[in-house]
Amino acid sequence: MELLAYILVDGLIYGAWLFIVSLGLTLVFGILNILNMAHGSLYAIGAYAAASAVGAYFALGGEAFPFGSYAAMVIGAIFVALILGPLLEYGLLRHFYGRDHVILVLVTYGVFLILEDAMKLIWGVTPLFVSEPYSLLGNVEFGPLYYVTYDFLVIAVAILVGLGVWFVLNRTKRGKVVLAVIHDREMSKTMGVNVDRVFLISFTLGVFLAALGGALTAPMISVSPSIGVNVIILAFAVVIIGGLGSIEGAAIGALFVGIARAASVHLLPEAELFVIYLVMAIVLVFRPEGLFQKTQARKI
Amino acid sequence: MTEFIFPRSIPLACALALAVLVVVGLILPDWAMFLATMAFSKGMVALGVVCLMRSGLVSFGQGLYYCIGAYASGLMATWIGISDIFLMSLLGIIASGIVAVIFGPLLATYRGIFFAMLTLSLSMILYGTLSKMSVLGGTDGLNVSAPTFLGYHPEGRALGLSLYMFTCAVIVVYGGLVRTLFDSERGLISLAIRDNELRVEYLGTSVRTEIAVTYIVAAIAGGIGGVISGAAIGHVDPEYAYWTTSGEFVFVAILSGYFSIPAVFLGSVVLEIVRSFSNLYFPNTWQMSLGIFLLIVILLFPKGLGSLLSRSKKPEKKQ
Amino acid sequence: MSATILTTENLNKSFGAVTAAREVSVAVPDGAVWSMIGSNGAGKTTFVNMVTGYIKPDTGRILFNGTDITKMSPRQITRLGIRRSFQIPQLCAELTMLENMLVSLSINRKHKPSYKRSARRPSQVDEAMDTLKRFRIENYHDRLMSELPAGVRKLLDIAMAISGTPRVMLLDEPTSGVAAEEKFPLMDLVMEALSKSNVTVMFVEHDMDIITRYSERVLAFYDGEIIANDAPDQVLSDKIVQQYITGTTK
Repeated sequence: MELLAYILVDGLIYGAWLFIVSLGLTLVFGILNILNMAHGSLYAIGAYAAASAVGAYFALGGEAFPFGSYAAMVIGAIFVALILGPLLEYGLLRHFYGRDHVILVLVTYGVFLILEDAMKLIWGVTPLFVSEPYSLLGNVEFGPLYYVTYDFLVIAVAILVGLGVWFVLNRTKRGKVVLAVIHDREMSKTMGVNVDRVFLISFTLGVFLAALGGALTAPMISVSPSIGVNVIILAFAVVIIGGLGSIEGAAIGALFVGIARAASVHLLPEAELFVIYLVMAIVLVFRPEGLFQKTQARKI
Repeated sequence: MTEFIFPRSIPLACALALAVLVVVGLILPDWAMFLATMAFSKGMVALGVVCLMRSGLVSFGQGLYYCIGAYASGLMATWIGISDIFLMSLLGIIASGIVAVIFGPLLATYRGIFFAMLTLSLSMILYGTLSKMSVLGGTDGLNVSAPTFLGYHPEGRALGLSLYMFTCAVIVVYGGLVRTLFDSERGLISLAIRDNELRVEYLGTSVRTEIAVTYIVAAIAGGIGGVISGAAIGHVDPEYAYWTTSGEFVFVAILSGYFSIPAVFLGSVVLEIVRSFSNLYFPNTWQMSLGIFLLIVILLFPKGLGSLLSRSKKPEKKQ
Repeated sequence: MSATILTTENLNKSFGAVTAAREVSVAVPDGAVWSMIGSNGAGKTTFVNMVTGYIKPDTGRILFNGTDITKMSPRQITRLGIRRSFQIPQLCAELTMLENMLVSLSINRKHKPSYKRSARRPSQVDEAMDTLKRFRIENYHDRLMSELPAGVRKLLDIAMAISGTPRVMLLDEPTSGVAAEEKFPLMDLVMEALSKSNVTVMFVEHDMDIITRYSERVLAFYDGEIIANDAPDQVLSDKIVQQYITGTTK
């Protein structure tokens, strides 16, 4: 019973984290039709930026009000998004639209390679530690279960971000424009929608979500150059399970993977990575397009 | 002009290529010979990626077979003391072939990014499993003893040279077979699949079978590549299956395109040279240069640099 | 009277609220040339798609030469000898015209396609060129598809479909997208080439002059249903057909 509780809570926390890092990936795919292999690098850069921002905050006398470090983390992520979003979308990806999906995967793979080294050049290869924000909120105990409160902050952020994106897309005028673009790019263009701008903003939002995921994670780990490489693999699995481009799918997928991984960590630690892909394989056997994706017949 | 460089007769071209490679091998310094052996063995894996690319599929997990080949031969060497390179290669072929026969038909129903991501996932499953299995050496991997050649036990430079010669023979034979396949009826059908699957089905042949077969051909090439790399380095570890390793094979495939087979091995050699020099002089920017180069190739040479090398695909234009 | 080669029995198919086929029953005699008319969405292409296995009917049966092909895949049906052309020509865009034709020939041999035999061996190239000559498009043999005029693409689409031994040929709007003055020459070419192969032809068409000139019998589709099935003169003078179909197109 206790074990089950552990698995569920751990799974929920891990799932929430996965959801944050996958949301941007699925969003960018849904709107721009790009499967961004550099998503993990953006996550890592977010983590570095947050680590630097938090470091700077405390160096500048932030000790007096340590909670300000949370703001520093978010500002770090925003900074990353505002620089890299336009740079990548406007400066690079835009030139490849209209070419095959797979070509765009390769282009973002190129971006991944470049960013991996760019990180080493900017932040060096020694790991950074910024654990202050992690311990700031203290701990919680549920009977025998014992957690760091920060973990629940991750869940709160996941819910907030998920609902926020869902609300903007489905309940605001701007969001409806985006949905129109997803539905029919050409038609939206002729209706006077500025598709270029929708793409630019959406991609930047995707970068922000990746960077935010990294920023949130930075206090929990040692920030080193290789953290992004693994994240992209996890995010892919989540997004494919849920169905590419679906927010609900990413949420369910993240939860599935989160709980499956937590179960594996507690019951059979050797199979941790294996389990994640097992979930993915099972889902794909029954729903080849993922849980939340309709198969489309081609018109001939 | 290019007709002169690549004669139309495949056996003739192979014999010529082998002769050149052997002569070059005799004068190469040891480090360059090792580099060439590694480049050619990895080129085999990239050749597999190229086979799939011809049908419009990008495998981001060809490291799976590279790793399977390497471990199959490495384990047999450790467990039952097989060190003959021919036997090890056979084991690599069998092991990768069996796995490909199981997964090929399943993967053949997927296209585009799904295919790319599923192949990637498969290789990562192997990576994860190997890393956690201490019996197989975990993340440290295991050592492979020096290969022997049908009873011949070379040492020092002779060992490197023998392995180089073996590798050259393998790539020339496999390259010749793949060229024959590309030029064959099935080869043309593969190209057609890339363009318009629906049409191919409506002409009355199974796209899925075609892709599954190509996948198996690609896997076997990967397996052999893994065997040779393992023997050349004398060590195998789970990194062989890591997705960034597979990414490098994709890089070589994109670089060389799918028109010329020598271009694949040439591309692989270029990559290995750049890697060696970068490791020495700029260890932290070598991926970056690869990335930039990749973007340039995709932007300027959509068919790969190999399309510059290949003989004119179309008959000469009339009028 | 010749034997029936293709029979459909009470085919029904709906996509959500839209009924694309309603009790469609026909019996096509061997060697016949039939046409199909009807406004867009009336069920003509659905009929072609069902017969060639692209979509499966909800209920009903399709028989080819007495064999039940209702549940077969397009590939199996093609191999039996039912071929089709497409409203939008389905060609391989990155291959030349000759290569497209070679693909078709490589597949449609008695034996399975080979892993060894060259696709470009002289005998096969000659055969491909001969087929292209039958459709008088051989001058374009080294062109890529993107460089070809619409009419030529239509012809190549049909030429690719007839290699091997076709028994039934379904042409989905062979003259759509082709300039008005080219329609008759194009149909002449197609019918001439097909008559040499001795196949049963069913074509979808909007142009009533082409219907009258080339087909022996017309199926008029409306709302998924066949509302008339008779000789062209009879069908075109039918009050209901005039009201629902030809009235809107002419």
